Amino acid sequence: MSHRIDDAGRLIDRTRRLRFSFDGRPMTGYAGDTLASALLAGGQMMVGRSFKYHRPRGVVASGVEEPNALVNLGSGSRLEPNQRATTTALFDRLEARSQNVWPSLAFDIGAVNQLIARFLPAGFYYKTFMFPRVAWEKLFEPFIRQSAGLGRAPDPEDRDADRYEYTYHHTDVLVIGGGVAGLAAARAAAAGGAKVMVLEQERHWGGRAPVDGGEIDGLDPDAWVKAAVDELEANDNVTLRSATMGAGVYDHGYVLGYERVADETPGDGRPRHRLWRIRARQVVTATGALERPLSFPGNDVPGVMLAAAVRDYAVNYGVAVGRRALIVTNNDDAYRTALTLSKLGLEVAGIIDARPAATGALAEAARAAGLRVMTGKAITGVKGRRAVTGATIANLDGEGGEEALTCDIIAMSGGWSPVVHLWSHCGGKLSWDAAAAMFRPDPARPPRGADGAAFVHTAGAATGHMSLSEGLADAHAAGKAAAKAAGAKATRKAAPKAPEEAQQPLQPVWIMPTNAGPAKRAKMWLDYQNDVKVSDVQLAAQEGYQSVEHTKRYTTLGMATDQGKLSNINGLAVLSDALGQPIPQTGTTTFRPPYTPISMGAIAGEARGPLFQPLRRTPMHDMHEARGVQWEPVGHWRRGYAYPKSGESVDEAVNREILATRARVGMLDASTLGKILVKGPDAGRFMDMLYTNMMSSLPIGKCRYGLMCSENGFLSDDGVVVRLSEDSWLCHTTTGGADRIHGHMEDWLQCEWWDWKVYTANLTEQYAQIAVAGPKAREVLEALGGMDVSKEAMPFMTYADGVLADIPARVFRISFTGELSFEIAVPAHRGSEMWAAVAKAGAPHDITPYGTEAMHIMRAEKGFIMIGDETDGTVIPQDLGLHWAISKKKDDYLGKRAQERSHMVDPDRWRLVGLRTLDGSVIPDGAYAVGEGLNANGQRNTIGRVTSTYYSPTLAKGIAMGLVRHGPERMGEVIDFATLDGTGTVIKAEICGTCFYDHEGAKADV
Amino acid sequence: MKRYSAFAIAREGLRYHKGWERAWGSPEPKKRYDAIIVGAGGHGLATAFYLGKNFGITNVAVLEKGWLGGGNTGRNTTIIRSNYLQDPSAAIYEKSRSLYETMSQDVNMNVMFSPRGVIMLAQTHHEVRGYQRTAHANALQGVETTFIGPQKVKELVPIINLEGPRYPVLGGLWQARGGTARHDAVAWGYARACSDMGMDIIQNCAVTGIETEGGAVKAVNTSKGRIETGKLALVVAGHSSDLAEMAGFRLPIESVALQALVSEPIKPCMDVVVMANTVHGYLSQSDKGEMVIGGGTDHYNNYTQRGSFHHIEETVRALVETFPMMSRLKMLRQWGGIVDMTGDRSPLISKTPVGGIFVNCGWGTGGFKAIPGSGWAMAELVAKGEPGPLAADFGIERFREGRFIDESVAAGVAH
Amino acid sequence: MLILECPYCGIHADETELENGGEAHLTRATVGASDEEFESYLFARANPKGVHFERWRHAYGCGKWFLAARDTVTLEVFATYCAQTSEPPAEVLKAIRAKHPDWEGSA
Repeated sequence: MSHRIDDAGRLIDRTRRLRFSFDGRPMTGYAGDTLASALLAGGQMMVGRSFKYHRPRGVVASGVEEPNALVNLGSGSRLEPNQRATTTALFDRLEARSQNVWPSLAFDIGAVNQLIARFLPAGFYYKTFMFPRVAWEKLFEPFIRQSAGLGRAPDPEDRDADRYEYTYHHTDVLVIGGGVAGLAAARAAAAGGAKVMVLEQERHWGGRAPVDGGEIDGLDPDAWVKAAVDELEANDNVTLRSATMGAGVYDHGYVLGYERVADETPGDGRPRHRLWRIRARQVVTATGALERPLSFPGNDVPGVMLAAAVRDYAVNYGVAVGRRALIVTNNDDAYRTALTLSKLGLEVAGIIDARPAATGALAEAARAAGLRVMTGKAITGVKGRRAVTGATIANLDGEGGEEALTCDIIAMSGGWSPVVHLWSHCGGKLSWDAAAAMFRPDPARPPRGADGAAFVHTAGAATGHMSLSEGLADAHAAGKAAAKAAGAKATRKAAPKAPEEAQQPLQPVWIMPTNAGPAKRAKMWLDYQNDVKVSDVQLAAQEGYQSVEHTKRYTTLGMATDQGKLSNINGLAVLSDALGQPIPQTGTTTFRPPYTPISMGAIAGEARGPLFQPLRRTPMHDMHEARGVQWEPVGHWRRGYAYPKSGESVDEAVNREILATRARVGMLDASTLGKILVKGPDAGRFMDMLYTNMMSSLPIGKCRYGLMCSENGFLSDDGVVVRLSEDSWLCHTTTGGADRIHGHMEDWLQCEWWDWKVYTANLTEQYAQIAVAGPKAREVLEALGGMDVSKEAMPFMTYADGVLADIPARVFRISFTGELSFEIAVPAHRGSEMWAAVAKAGAPHDITPYGTEAMHIMRAEKGFIMIGDETDGTVIPQDLGLHWAISKKKDDYLGKRAQERSHMVDPDRWRLVGLRTLDGSVIPDGAYAVGEGLNANGQRNTIGRVTSTYYSPTLAKGIAMGLVRHGPERMGEVIDFATLDGTGTVIKAEICGTCFYDHEGAKADV
Repeated sequence: MKRYSAFAIAREGLRYHKGWERAWGSPEPKKRYDAIIVGAGGHGLATAFYLGKNFGITNVAVLEKGWLGGGNTGRNTTIIRSNYLQDPSAAIYEKSRSLYETMSQDVNMNVMFSPRGVIMLAQTHHEVRGYQRTAHANALQGVETTFIGPQKVKELVPIINLEGPRYPVLGGLWQARGGTARHDAVAWGYARACSDMGMDIIQNCAVTGIETEGGAVKAVNTSKGRIETGKLALVVAGHSSDLAEMAGFRLPIESVALQALVSEPIKPCMDVVVMANTVHGYLSQSDKGEMVIGGGTDHYNNYTQRGSFHHIEETVRALVETFPMMSRLKMLRQWGGIVDMTGDRSPLISKTPVGGIFVNCGWGTGGFKAIPGSGWAMAELVAKGEPGPLAADFGIERFREGRFIDESVAAGVAH
Repeated sequence: MLILECPYCGIHADETELENGGEAHLTRATVGASDEEFESYLFARANPKGVHFERWRHAYGCGKWFLAARDTVTLEVFATYCAQTSEPPAEVLKAIRAKHPDWEGSA
């Protein structure tokens, strides 16, 4: 059983005891522990259950590759599912719960799946649950889904109690990985004068070297690491970040760093995670290597662990994961574990080495320490269900009789794989090193940046150099090369030195024993979390899922939360073997970011709640707010939809606002409307191309309603154009159109007519604009004082500059309501002042602020079109009867050629008409007018649709506009609009003109 | 072909699954086929399947430059719906959706069609009107949808935050028989059924040239040699322009990267598919428990199957805003695919300037849901040489005539 | 996450500052053009796997449109240049050919 031992634990502080709980059980650990080390120290071997068979699962690894030890961490608004115990720093009062267990970890109902495991091979669900058809939907799928998932879903009504933030960093050289290779690379790069950043995912520097031992520049690794970190920290050109993982490498040197700032100090006010958006000229991945498991029967029983992890727990945390360890390996490195345990006084049952002889220095040392080394052997079975109690061994080929050994831990090593993820994210390719049995980064096919040159280098074990001496030399060279490529100097300093070690090559062993039959192969786990076994991969190959991607998807190999960090290479090798082809021919699956999962919270950053998106406010925003306005989002703007009084519904408010405006006077905040200035000697010519109308002939001082089309012919925006002077026009656009139309203008001016002398400026936010509309509008402006707003001085569709209420103002006599109307534009910073002045001047007339909905209804009563209602991107001005706004005199305008195409001139196009329901009711929004019969696809034929439909308080009945086939030729005819009441009821509407109010336009022109 | 069933599993379980056959063959190409389909993704394989099933044409090769199902078929977020606005779209997507209902039985492989329902959220008044219009159109198109209010949305999606400060949920368009399916199984099921009909699915076989004679197709040159045919169907999504170039014509297509991501698996918390177009995010929970999330497209031409991270950020922000509990989940994996966007964002199922060559492409960000319907319509086009009613409006000539099929007019843009 | 150098303001602009405007060097077809010419202008696109001439706007910067020659497979940027030209300048072609000696030019 696992327990804490004395005289070890370089990362823990035994003077600081921390309390935590696992599944409600109070436990203790030390500062510096991970949750996994603290659990193991407390004897908790079993920590969860697997996904498919609910097999007992224990800690396998000591780092990011851990597939089993996932917990629900915290609770309530700080619950985090699927948190890896091996990378979770222990903190006081930490709460953790096991996952995928019901009712409890020890007694789990889902574990019955183990009994029928032989009937649940890879892909079994593709082959069954099909009959009867309804059973899948009603029975099987609901059952499967109910058993899905690992961690608990956070409560939907809780809000994340933590905050997150982004930060930015630019650097010449980014080193990912703060082990000795990363530090060596960083030193080399910094020595060349490069600006350097180093990211280390753990909270401590140095990686594996302090555990694995050795000597660097005559120092023990711990001392060397400390010196290197001190030196780098003292350099102003170097930024060091621990607890920050290089999560992904993206195109053109973009790298994502994921810093876990306050995971172990919840509620301390700092952001929980910080997302680093880094641009690096050059990247060095010093990401180390991951140890591979061995595939032997029973290799998933809790207590079977990676050999290096066993060593880590002992050295780093002073935790013996068992009392009697059996080591099984195909390489030298696992001997370090045997020696470490032995030195700490723990029992070593023996070292099973698959190789025919063990001749390396480490093997010699093990023998010298009196350890039993058994070569050419394999584990053929594991005893124990929830914890290892022993193992049987035999010759590697399974022959030669079995020997039973007692042990409570099996430390396995199947060799090491360089962490090539970050190299691969952005297109770096790999090559297979058969001797070392690993995929290495292929320096001839690196990720390339904007200039086409390589921008990622690898260092140390990440390159495939598994010895300290080679790794340091490689890392130094990588740092030097990166600095040079980033434009700094290549250092002349020497690389750190470590003594050469005599190593015996590993022997690839992909399954043990090699003669294992189907029953044994069905007990060799490749993917612990997803329960993928050697037999599953072999079945996939047998069934023709021969691409590695097919096998992955068919078996789910490598798709668990560790993304195959432990299982990929072993699975590939088994697949290659089953296909009888070499491993490189099988290839790998694609490595995708992130390296390990990163929180959605960090990705969203601070952009949530009020900061979710930028909010655009008009200068009068707060005044509307104070009146209890009902807001409507329009793009990033907020516009007032209506101003309900207390006790009044929104609909009632809208009706009141309309009636008040029509009877007396209303005021609208029109500031969001686009205002673009077009100026220059060629501005008139440009305006004529931009608008369907003739704008060059607009007299100075006059206003004209204009239409803009896309080059594809469709109506894209409209608004009133004002001729300010000989060479300048002011274009009003829709609220949503301002930025788009300004971009559109610049596109044509810069890319097509670049020799035309025209200047544009988007003045939208420079002015606050207030519409004053209604029969009393003139009296209100007169009360404001300062300008002659008489009919004679300022006729309809003209404007004047002046001073109104002591505020410089430009007043347009234009009308979107059909009433006598003025739009007053003032400098933005005086908008609220003017709004208040208008309100005061209008008070005698009970001036009523109205919102966008009242505006929409009033314009519909007048038959004015609205971009986005009457248009939807498929409508041309001709459809809307706007021929009067399309100049016949012009040779060209944007959209003209498009409007000549056959479908655009088709007489059957739906065209705009007014619609008057026979019973006065309101046609539902979006309703279609139905024709006779069905089309070739069995769909009901339609002859039109409603585009705007409202209850008109002015007329006290429903009014509508719509696009109808041959509509304008069918005045007076009655057509049927389908409803959705399910009974086939139709609403009958008579086709009429689009204007429902003041046909003569007399009210506006007074 | 041995049929898949619970009985077969029991039988094989007792003998360590030794008896399972290959799902599909691995033949070398013949000299000539009646029809060649380039692209063994869902659309290409479905075309082959219906050529055999509906028209009895089985001397067919499906050529695939990589592994079958390895393009967008295996990279999408598996949403199936047919609540489209325009008649031609609604017709083909609804045909497709209805074929998904029986696909498992039709191909004898469980593709796990899960009609769990799809909601498209309305978060502005404009969107409300847009979806009400779609609901009206759907009713006349034979597509069952309803516009539902916010409370009903909350019942269906307990994890939603109705009162987002920026875009409160005002309702949604609900299609109860929309849902998801297991994307890989769709490709595998069709491949197995086609192989069973005697068709040749040839993987790792890249087309390197197209031979024409007298304005009609004669043969294709491939990495596995020259193969003759009189009918050539190009069903290669993002790579369509490349093949069209080989045949000497251009398409109204641009290839861009579309991204997606999944969270780590959590216990079931959301039973339906939700799409939020105002904030650009959509998601569902897979049968494994992962939240499967669709992102946006890059706006520049891109063949890398990688996208830009800021789109992932935008999507995740939108989802955290709409489903606040997402904040505590983790992104497990992100990836990209190459999607082919046409000038009106609707697909092409069309004849081409070259006789005997047909294209099926331009499904953009939403092709998975169309697979069976697209195959059905494409098979008819290839078999008869002329489009049937389902494909009639999707011809390439529409760009000349100005007769577009524009779905962006409804608020529900893509996917 | 592309970086393109704006030829006007000299900024190495992050993709998030930029808007893409599609294929460059299209010749505007208008009144008088045939249906085929007009269709080709609006819709037919080279969409190459390789060198692509394209339009970008430094939208959240100086606001200028500029052009880029970029590889759509490797994302290598050969050159960015001013938009006021109807064809790629000689030095841009040279920059492309320096990397791809057998490049035949855009069709």
